[in-house]
Amino acid sequence: MTEVVLAAAPTQILAERRRFRVLRKLAAHRSFKIGLVLVTILVLCAIIGPMLTGIDPTAMSIRSRFKPPSVRFPFGSDQYGRDILTRVLYGGRLSLSLGLSVALISGVFGALIGVTAGYFRALDPYVMRLMDALMAFPAILLAIGIGAALGAQASSIVVALSVAYVPRTARIVRASVLVIREMEYLQAARVSGAGDLHIILKHVLPNCLGPLIVQLTFIFAYAILAEAALSFLGIGPPPPAPSWGNIIAEGRDYSVEAWWVMLFPGLAVSLAALGMNLLGDGLRDVLDPRLKIET
Amino acid sequence: MAEQPLLSVENLTVQFRGDNGWVNAVEGVDFAVGAGECLGIVGESGSGKSVSALSILKLHSQANTRYASGTIRYGDRDLLTLPQRRLRQVRGGEIAMIFQDPMSSLNPVLTIADQIMEPLRQHQGLSVQAARRKAIELLEMVRISDASRRIDDYPHRLSGGMRQRVMIAIAVACRPKILIADEPTTALDVTIQSQILELLRELQREIGMAVILITHDLGVVAQFAQRVVVMYAGRVVETASVPALFERPMHPYTEGLIRAVPNLDEDVHRLTTIPGSIPDPSTLIAGCRFSPRCREAVKSCLAEPPALVDAGAGHFARCPPRIAAGGIS
Amino acid sequence: MSAASIVVVRDLVKTFAARGALLRAVDGVSFDVRQGETLGLVGESGSGKSTTGRILVGLEAATSGSINLFGQEISSVRGRVTPGAVRRRLQFVFQDPQNSLNPRMRAQDAIAEPLDVAGGWSRSARSDRVRELLEMVGLPRSCGDRFPHEFSGGQRQRIGIARALALKPDFVICDEPVSSLDVSMQAQIVNLLLDLQERLGLSYLFIAHDLAVVRSISARVAVMYAGGIVEIAPKRELYTSPLHPYTQALLAAVPRMTSNRARAAVITGELPSQIDAVPGCTFHPRCPFAFERCRIEKPKLREIAPGHLAACHLHETPA
Repeated sequence: MTEVVLAAAPTQILAERRRFRVLRKLAAHRSFKIGLVLVTILVLCAIIGPMLTGIDPTAMSIRSRFKPPSVRFPFGSDQYGRDILTRVLYGGRLSLSLGLSVALISGVFGALIGVTAGYFRALDPYVMRLMDALMAFPAILLAIGIGAALGAQASSIVVALSVAYVPRTARIVRASVLVIREMEYLQAARVSGAGDLHIILKHVLPNCLGPLIVQLTFIFAYAILAEAALSFLGIGPPPPAPSWGNIIAEGRDYSVEAWWVMLFPGLAVSLAALGMNLLGDGLRDVLDPRLKIET
Repeated sequence: MAEQPLLSVENLTVQFRGDNGWVNAVEGVDFAVGAGECLGIVGESGSGKSVSALSILKLHSQANTRYASGTIRYGDRDLLTLPQRRLRQVRGGEIAMIFQDPMSSLNPVLTIADQIMEPLRQHQGLSVQAARRKAIELLEMVRISDASRRIDDYPHRLSGGMRQRVMIAIAVACRPKILIADEPTTALDVTIQSQILELLRELQREIGMAVILITHDLGVVAQFAQRVVVMYAGRVVETASVPALFERPMHPYTEGLIRAVPNLDEDVHRLTTIPGSIPDPSTLIAGCRFSPRCREAVKSCLAEPPALVDAGAGHFARCPPRIAAGGIS
Repeated sequence: MSAASIVVVRDLVKTFAARGALLRAVDGVSFDVRQGETLGLVGESGSGKSTTGRILVGLEAATSGSINLFGQEISSVRGRVTPGAVRRRLQFVFQDPQNSLNPRMRAQDAIAEPLDVAGGWSRSARSDRVRELLEMVGLPRSCGDRFPHEFSGGQRQRIGIARALALKPDFVICDEPVSSLDVSMQAQIVNLLLDLQERLGLSYLFIAHDLAVVRSISARVAVMYAGGIVEIAPKRELYTSPLHPYTQALLAAVPRMTSNRARAAVITGELPSQIDAVPGCTFHPRCPFAFERCRIEKPKLREIAPGHLAACHLHETPA
């Protein structure tokens, strides 16, 4: 057995270097870094920004209607004289947490449905046809329908968008499960006498998490954009509580005279979507071994 | 080999982009092949045997590969510095290649006819009819029975052995001067392997081409090649004629490798092993790259990289202590 | 056969439906494995050797036939449930240690998975057992917290073996355990399997395509072709005086390092695709000695010398 001791030395050195390979690769990935910075800034602004300005986002002041950007109103003010900067900072809280909720909910349900369909092949045709049917509707249309039925409130938008995006996450998870179920380590587990639940929890789920996380960053971005679109159509989170979407929606009638009302929340939406997409691209490059060849 | 070799690789160093910068995949590799000769390049995974051979035609992805040093002399040209356009004329024409996996080397949506006719039309400018006639001839040449019917089949209708025959037919279509065969029988069963090796031997004689056979299988080299290059961890460790190498291996690695192969014709209680495992290309080893696994390593082996030393009669080994001691222990 | 047989397989058949036709992957296979011995099962791809191993361990259901493990009859047919007590004594080593280890599971968890599934192991008992197993297969005791990609191919196969030994099995099926490894690693793993057998009294079914590797580890060897066993004999006899023309061809086809290019006899043709079942002997289209009877009647496996069985009309004494 002395022969193996010899072998251990060089690999040990290697192991130390390989352990944090994913993190090191992410740190070296340019678009991931840009995305991370963007998203971090936006999240920090939404969390601590409102405390710094100390202004009530719903406080109206007739005298300061439609003030262009200035020292007092850095982003200008709207038709009720409310500070746009404060409203954008507060709106970030709602919009970002809405995006996060949609990503988490569609992630959890998508994983459940995808694993069920991919692992238990007998259920697959039924489950996936249902998903196909859902996917046949444009996400926005589906959300409008559900939003209208549940009433205009933030929670119904979360439900509506989650329903719209679940088929996408379910498809991604199912596709990974179909690959994983053919791997020998599943058979090895089965030979050890492992049951389906053990195999799903220990082997299937951990290995399909990578692609799912990547997809969720994109869904996060879509959800923020969709919230803006739904607000624009009048079924977003109801005023006066600000979201990026409803600030834009309220500003659209004055877009020529008071361009700043729409511009700043619009910028926030774009930056958030861009940031999440860059983040997702970076994760995909690093986590997906099939794309590793050309970076 | 006294006269000018057909192709000679000199001091070739190829680097791949790794996680932490450039890594030497092969380092200072020299070998040469004469007209009509069969050269075997043998080694385990990570030895750089395939990397060296693929470099002859510069088949590595350009973005992640760097040819840090060396020349590949073919006639009066250096293939490493040849412009892409001129290199394309050499590829598939004068120097052809077959690979390990005939499944992925053939395009599944094209018929055998399409794939054999393409190089004929490109390199020899044949008309469709003439190319088809030639393609059927080629299939007959690689001993595919019923060639005129088989030619319109798609690859998935053929067995692994048949696909490798088709690949060989494509490779020899332009009567190349050199055929590079990268593990051509590794994916095949042993009875099919012997058929393919027999076919290659016959074609080599008929066409008079040189063959560079890359393999991990010492038995295949012993049966097929005239000279052999043994590689380990990116370097050539020994070069010799086949009889000399198998009768008097000079390098401890070569000797260990030959002894580690289980013997088909004898009962042994335990196999002889080489301790340790093959180093990763990015692992830095001062001195001889085999020294961590070598039972005979002395102080000088750990200090500086040994040179490939001539032991006489065309037998070279990268092990100065062994050669100083007069060869085999 | 002998009283000490711990595995008895009789007339095992496995058919697959493929493009409307029945494919007989395993076609009436019978063999025994005795206590403490290694039976080698060699054959080329498509011979049914791996399917046979997978049926024994329960990864596939047999179409018909009987399997007796450790004196207990296992209904081999579809829907069988191997009793846990029997399954625990039977383990499997996979071909490719790259694929048979979950890339996101640490070595210690992969090795302990059979323990976790079986249950009843305390944390400390579990980690003691893992360290003991690591040492047993020649890995450093401390490497359990590493992931599979941090090991070399040979080391990964050691983990696969440690895992198979976790529940102290009596019988281990090794399916091409060294065929994806380099020569220098291969010899280490073969020696490890030999050591473990000696130390733990294991019995192996060693499935491989490499005749030389099989010779180095087996006591007896069975040769499979097109779903059936064509010859089975103690290893020295099989390698020095093979009776079946296929075994002879197989041995002749292996390129030797030593022989001075005594040109290997090349047999023509390829394995039948099995969908269009060959009448008579499955090997007759490639057999240089085939005669009329071979084309009509399928030869039975029968004892020609003591312990040496072959399925070939050439070796039948006229009735």
